[in-house]
Amino acid sequence: MSDLTQQDSWHRRVLEHKAALMAVLSTVLVSIGGLVEIVPMFTVEQPAIAAGHGDMAPYTPLEVAGRDIYVKEGCYNCHSQMVRPFRAETKRYGTWSRAYEYQYDRPFQLGSRRIGPDLHRLGGKYPDAWHWEHMIDPRSTSPGSIMPPYTWLAEKTVDPEDVQASLTALQTLGHPYSDADIDGTAQALSSQAGQIIQNLSTAGITAAPESELVALIAYLQRLGDDRPEEEL
Amino acid sequence: MPSLASPPPSYDDAIIKKFCIATVVWGAVGMLVGVILALQLAWWPANLGLEWTTFGRLRPLHTNAVIFAFTANGLFAGIYWSLQRLLKTRMWSDTLSKVHFWGWQLIIVCAAISLPSGWTQGKEYAELIWPLDILIAVIWVLFAVNFFATIAIRRVKHLYVAIWFYMSMVITIAVLHVVNSLAVPATLTRSYPLYSGLTDALVQWWYGHNAVGFLLTTPMLGLMYYFLPKAAERPVYSYRLSIVHFWSLVFLYIWAGPHHLLYSALPDWAQTLGMVFSLMLIAPSWGGMLNGLLTLRGAWDRLRTDPILKFFVVGITFYGMSTFEGPMMSIRAVNALSHYTDWTIGHVHSGALGWVGMTLFAMLYWLVPRVWQRRLHSVPQATAHFWLATVGIVLYVVAMWVAGITQGLMWRAVDEAGQLQYPNFLDTVLTLIPFYWIRLLGGLMYLGGVILMGWNLFKTATAPAEAPATAQEVSA
Repeated sequence: MSDLTQQDSWHRRVLEHKAALMAVLSTVLVSIGGLVEIVPMFTVEQPAIAAGHGDMAPYTPLEVAGRDIYVKEGCYNCHSQMVRPFRAETKRYGTWSRAYEYQYDRPFQLGSRRIGPDLHRLGGKYPDAWHWEHMIDPRSTSPGSIMPPYTWLAEKTVDPEDVQASLTALQTLGHPYSDADIDGTAQALSSQAGQIIQNLSTAGITAAPESELVALIAYLQRLGDDRPEEEL
Repeated sequence: MPSLASPPPSYDDAIIKKFCIATVVWGAVGMLVGVILALQLAWWPANLGLEWTTFGRLRPLHTNAVIFAFTANGLFAGIYWSLQRLLKTRMWSDTLSKVHFWGWQLIIVCAAISLPSGWTQGKEYAELIWPLDILIAVIWVLFAVNFFATIAIRRVKHLYVAIWFYMSMVITIAVLHVVNSLAVPATLTRSYPLYSGLTDALVQWWYGHNAVGFLLTTPMLGLMYYFLPKAAERPVYSYRLSIVHFWSLVFLYIWAGPHHLLYSALPDWAQTLGMVFSLMLIAPSWGGMLNGLLTLRGAWDRLRTDPILKFFVVGITFYGMSTFEGPMMSIRAVNALSHYTDWTIGHVHSGALGWVGMTLFAMLYWLVPRVWQRRLHSVPQATAHFWLATVGIVLYVVAMWVAGITQGLMWRAVDEAGQLQYPNFLDTVLTLIPFYWIRLLGGLMYLGGVILMGWNLFKTATAPAEAPATAQEVSA
């Protein structure tokens, strides 16, 4: 090949002898795509999403605790939270996912593989007791399921101070919690958990109100519950 | 015969030995976890009923181990060897090299503890908690300082193509990691990202896709440009092609992230950019593949006998295959079928097992005998490893193609009345179980090959010194 020995090509003279110039040029080139795609999300898209549906309620303290458990257990490794606008998907799961529905999701949990079904429209689909049974023994509600049981979630408890720390961090990031909300974390936790406990007990399940599984159920029942009236 | 010349004493080869050992050990660990995960999907009791061993907690351990422990250690081994030789100078600071090595292993050990404990950021391939993110940033910057300082004190004016690729990795990974990891801590083990919802998703996949681009692709190409011509004893096919495909690859790659979010609520313009740039990526990717394969012109006959070249050829071929498959899967209509299925898992593994794994094995079989100055313990064992790995990948990838397309079609199947044909999601899962067993078999073969390589390289490194005499003669 003739170009094997191009000892004095412009590329060699200009760039291959100048490491700093090459490094700068590489940095510029790899920056362009990211800047073009990401910056408009902050300047145009995200504010528009927030302005259109600014009245969406943030997660309650119990839902925040439940979401943290969802993240901790790595649920996103098997479940998505993104219903695509296809007929087969909306028939299976419910209406497709809107951008504003994710505005309080830190981290996002769209997922990349459905080993189990999508969960973005799970809220209200099953009673609390179903979720309890399903998490303790997935095959009791879903014969043949390959999901592992999560028995320890019934034993482990949510620490209100821990949830308070989460709410404070989220408040820093602009989630609309007032200082009074954060001070009242413990009370908010027990009152919402009390409701779930009651639902469970009518199905014959005895659960501790501070159990992690109760918090997770609160979060799962919240999913897909944020569409405005006209879209329901 | 490739010469067994010992390097001039001015090169730091102790650091390369360390990285070689870490590559093999963490490779075996990461792939073992992968095999366990494959078993869990075929047979759920393998989750063991313990919180630390569920699929949800172990999968991040597998992905992080393979990307940041196996691949990264292998890259570092190859970079420390080739950088010093290409620049004809010792690393600027042996201390920084050691800090880099031990710091990186510390991060891996911390990951092995924190991920099964459920301490996670919940972002794929960026799961490590914020204190570890800071540690990664610090160690990476120290590596970058040593890397660029070594370039600054080089005794060769010209920078060989491999170094361009290394440079793009050092810079880009630092930027991606820092931007994607920005978060507000709530506790020592939990934090919330600076971005929310779809912005977080876009930043994450800009990171995730380019971690593939700038950790699993560009520096691997750098290794190919150094070690393949060495192993084949042929010059790189085209200098001009290497220039064109390098610059176009680093420019185009960064745009492709949104192809992970097609049909999501991400704005359409961003999705379209992701798709179009993914398609354009075929050109520079195949430029690299062709430059690699054509470098073997005139050396193809040695493929029959030399396991190193076998590994290279299959590795580069898988690079070509998966960089064709990836853009295809980025087309909206194809993605509608492939997304959320095992097709994606198959695609990732044809890249990771095929391209990254095979290329690193080729490098290790070439490098270990030279660093330890011993003859390779067993060529037949290396050849056996090659066949185990190749057949293992094929079983894995084909099983995932079939499983992915099957499930994708079942999800969308509707009867004449327009009703879902498989309304029970579980029906679409249980159909896949036979393919999960085939995948497990493929994974076991691949892991078996790695263990065989570990044994072969261990016997090589610990063999009594008979080669050094020859090596001294050669270098004298």
